[in-house]
Amino acid sequence: MAELSTGAEGVQIDLISGERMASKATMEKIRMILDGVHEGNIVILEDGLSPDEESRLIEVTMSEISPDEFSGIEIETYPRSGAEASGILNRIIGRDSSSKLTVIGPANRIETLHKDETLIKALVS
Amino acid sequence: MGLLTSIRTSITDVTDRLFSDGEPKRIGIYGPPNAGKTTLSNRIARDWTGDAIGPESHIPHETRRARRKENVEIKRNGNTVTIDIVDTPGVTTKVDYQEFLEFDIEEEDAIRRSREATEGVAEAMHWLREDIDGVIYVLDSAEDPFTQVNTMLIGIIESRDIPVLIFANKIDLEDSSVQRISNAFPQHETVPLSALEGKNMDEVYDKIAEYFG
Ligand SMILES: Nc1nc2c(ncn2[C@@H]2O[C@H](COP(=O)(O)OP(=O)(O)OP(=O)(O)O)[C@@H](O)[C@H]2O)c(=O)[nH]1
Ligand SMILES: [Mg+2]
Repeated sequence: MAELSTGAEGVQIDLISGERMASKATMEKIRMILDGVHEGNIVILEDGLSPDEESRLIEVTMSEISPDEFSGIEIETYPRSGAEASGILNRIIGRDSSSKLTVIGPANRIETLHKDETLIKALVS
Repeated sequence: MGLLTSIRTSITDVTDRLFSDGEPKRIGIYGPPNAGKTTLSNRIARDWTGDAIGPESHIPHETRRARRKENVEIKRNGNTVTIDIVDTPGVTTKVDYQEFLEFDIEEEDAIRRSREATEGVAEAMHWLREDIDGVIYVLDSAEDPFTQVNTMLIGIIESRDIPVLIFANKIDLEDSSVQRISNAFPQHETVPLSALEGKNMDEVYDKIAEYFG
């Protein structure tokens, strides 16, 4: 896992490789994601989650929401075609993969997590 | 036809009949908060059973418990299709009680509402994994359909091989765009309607009978 940080007041970004996730059970993956998000980090998964894992992520997220402490997550996935697979995030992670990139962050810190075909935009406060 | 094959065939016939007569399919009404799921569920229930399912509201997360209306018999072209309708809480990945304060709800009630909403969303996800045979996915056609929640939920439904119809609701609104919804989910059939005004309900019932009958 790569950790990019912009200083004490900054935003920590956890880039989690597909390799690191592949050996984990569903609940371990969800725990890893939500632990990061609870700390205020932006978690980027190189390989994304399966539909069943996404369904459980929503369920567990709901069970952890608590007033004034945690209001849930923002999540966006980014399906990459072969042509796009040489982008900057891949170079950071140093891997090439055809599966979907997923960005997850704490809802209260991310103003908009916008997505179009070529871009995920996150405004972090 | 060998003896074994014919026995097998007749067993299949019996189970087919048991299914269609004894066990109505459970059709989950899913979608984001405020899309009009309860308004639609109430209209279907009222049209075919005479009574409603639950309260509708412009405040999101009005439905915080899945509610079921059993044995709704929809008559179409001489056939009767019997389904159970499950009206579910709107699915989201975040709930902030502060949002309810804008609707003149007291803080204490807002906190309770948000807690119930989170339980409701979890419950809706659980129903989807365990107890749903078909899905009507309701969207507000005046809103952007390209949201992560919609993409994820449709993906979850597809991965479980559950038949799904997309309902483009609120076509009575000026900003409504059915096209935007069919572009977002070209792999599924989109049915336009206004659950509030009862527009295009004939096609709605035709499609329900065709997909879930
Ligand atoms: N204009 C218009 N408004 C509608 C229509 N259907 C529902 N509404 C309104 O949309 C709001 C939400 O309706 P509900 O049926 O409570 O929505 P829901 O999807 O059940 O919402 P939750 O239970 O909170 O997830 C209410 O104010 C309804 O009157 C429609 O076809 N047209
Ligand atoms: Mg409702």
